[in-house]
Amino acid sequence: MQSHWGDTLQPALVQHIELTAIAVVLGFAIAFPLALLAHRYRKLEHPIGVFSALLYTIPSLALFQLLIPFTGLTWTTVEVALVAYTLVILFPNIVAGLHSAPDEVLEAARGMGLTRMQTLTQVELPLAIPAIVGGLRVAVVSTVAIATIAAFLLPDGLGYPIVLALKEPTPFKTEIYSAGALAISFALLCDLALVALRRALAPWAARGLA
Amino acid sequence: MNTAAEIVFDHVTKRYVGRNEAALADLSLEIPAGAFCVLVGPSGGGKTTALKMVNRLISFDSGDIRIDGRSVRDLPTTELRRGIGYVIQQVGLFPHQTVGENIATVPRLLGWPKSRITERTAELLELVGLETADADRYPAQLSGGQRQRVGLARALAADPPVLLMDEPFGALDPITRFRLQTELRRLHREVGKTVIFVTHDVDEAIRMGDRIAILREGGMLAQYDTPDAILAHPADDFVAQFVGEDRALRRLALRTLRDVALEPASNGEPGSRLSADTTVRNAVSQMIETKSEQVVVVDGDTVLGVFRLHDAGELL
Repeated sequence: MQSHWGDTLQPALVQHIELTAIAVVLGFAIAFPLALLAHRYRKLEHPIGVFSALLYTIPSLALFQLLIPFTGLTWTTVEVALVAYTLVILFPNIVAGLHSAPDEVLEAARGMGLTRMQTLTQVELPLAIPAIVGGLRVAVVSTVAIATIAAFLLPDGLGYPIVLALKEPTPFKTEIYSAGALAISFALLCDLALVALRRALAPWAARGLA
Repeated sequence: MNTAAEIVFDHVTKRYVGRNEAALADLSLEIPAGAFCVLVGPSGGGKTTALKMVNRLISFDSGDIRIDGRSVRDLPTTELRRGIGYVIQQVGLFPHQTVGENIATVPRLLGWPKSRITERTAELLELVGLETADADRYPAQLSGGQRQRVGLARALAADPPVLLMDEPFGALDPITRFRLQTELRRLHREVGKTVIFVTHDVDEAIRMGDRIAILREGGMLAQYDTPDAILAHPADDFVAQFVGEDRALRRLALRTLRDVALEPASNGEPGSRLSADTTVRNAVSQMIETKSEQVVVVDGDTVLGVFRLHDAGELL
């Protein structure tokens, strides 16, 4: 166990954090402008939603197979799949958040002379924060879990010690439990951090207030 | 704090696509600077449509609306709206902003310096009867009445010469509603804005308005006059029915005992004592209830005179 941490688990955890962070950041960077577009031009919401949902229905292992001819056995292949999954979660959440401003609030904004852009930045976006952070929480936790399957392609991430252990004949597989526990702890920590972020960014949405 | 502007509707017409009846048919209305004008009528009368044309939330097909001689079409909409206070029934406070931030919306858009905004916010909170400490609360922490007070403060923030109010008290309980009506009247005397106030409640119209415009289905102006003149001389059957069969009593409610001629009386005059601020309607009600023919009008301890039941009829 002692040696496992230094040569296996610790690098695997670091790789896992990187896999997750890249997927969520890229996914958000793509989902956010798409959501703004779908919010502005409502006709786009449905097609974008359907497209990202279709991506989601492809099993990840199958998606890897589809991508390998183009991107090979690389992180890119893994990230394309992971980003696609975060999109499905983030896009509808951000759109729902942007749509969530009540009609009377929007009418008041218009009546007071806010421009469209000011309404977006000063009213709709702040009101979307709880839904956006909610989407991020689901995206992060599910990405932490899905990222373990990267190990089917590459010797990286917390999935790798699990895959190795599965191949060993020994009945008690410590790596499965320790790698699993690390993944769960990491997911929980991220979730707590996001809850704290929401409290900081949207104090008005605290329990009992909204 | 004493700027007000004259508002003129000049043959304004609006027709929605696919509807036979006009939403507003050739509406002409002159609202003098500083007046409290109530638009009242059944639904489909176009009162909210007319109101929202002033700040161009709704467009009109022909005619013109002028504020102090200047067409509302001459300004970019955002600039026009920042110069007009706007209050709606559902208030529409920004839930993510504190009361203070909500009130500061238009001054912030206009780029006022921070110190001036802070000062103005404190002033407005007091004006609408809220505590300084309320500035840091969120709308969700307020009662319905408090929210509408904030809505009013927000509309008045940049000291606009015109205030548009679309059924502002329609969602409040009767007691809160009455209190806010009274305070709005006081506030109107203090700040002297030109107010256009929409309601479907004829009692509220009579209570609040210096002038009342009654609109009927099809967006036609049925009558435009002072409450007293409308109650005394309804223009037609529609208006007569709309203001109610008891319009004589409603007229009496517009006067207090201070406004009417009293017969001199001594301190020993029999009859129940009523304050000079009592409405004539309430005085009459009191006499009917106590089966008496007269009441003694007092101002504190001073007897002002006697008011008799048959005097009431003479007033009309």
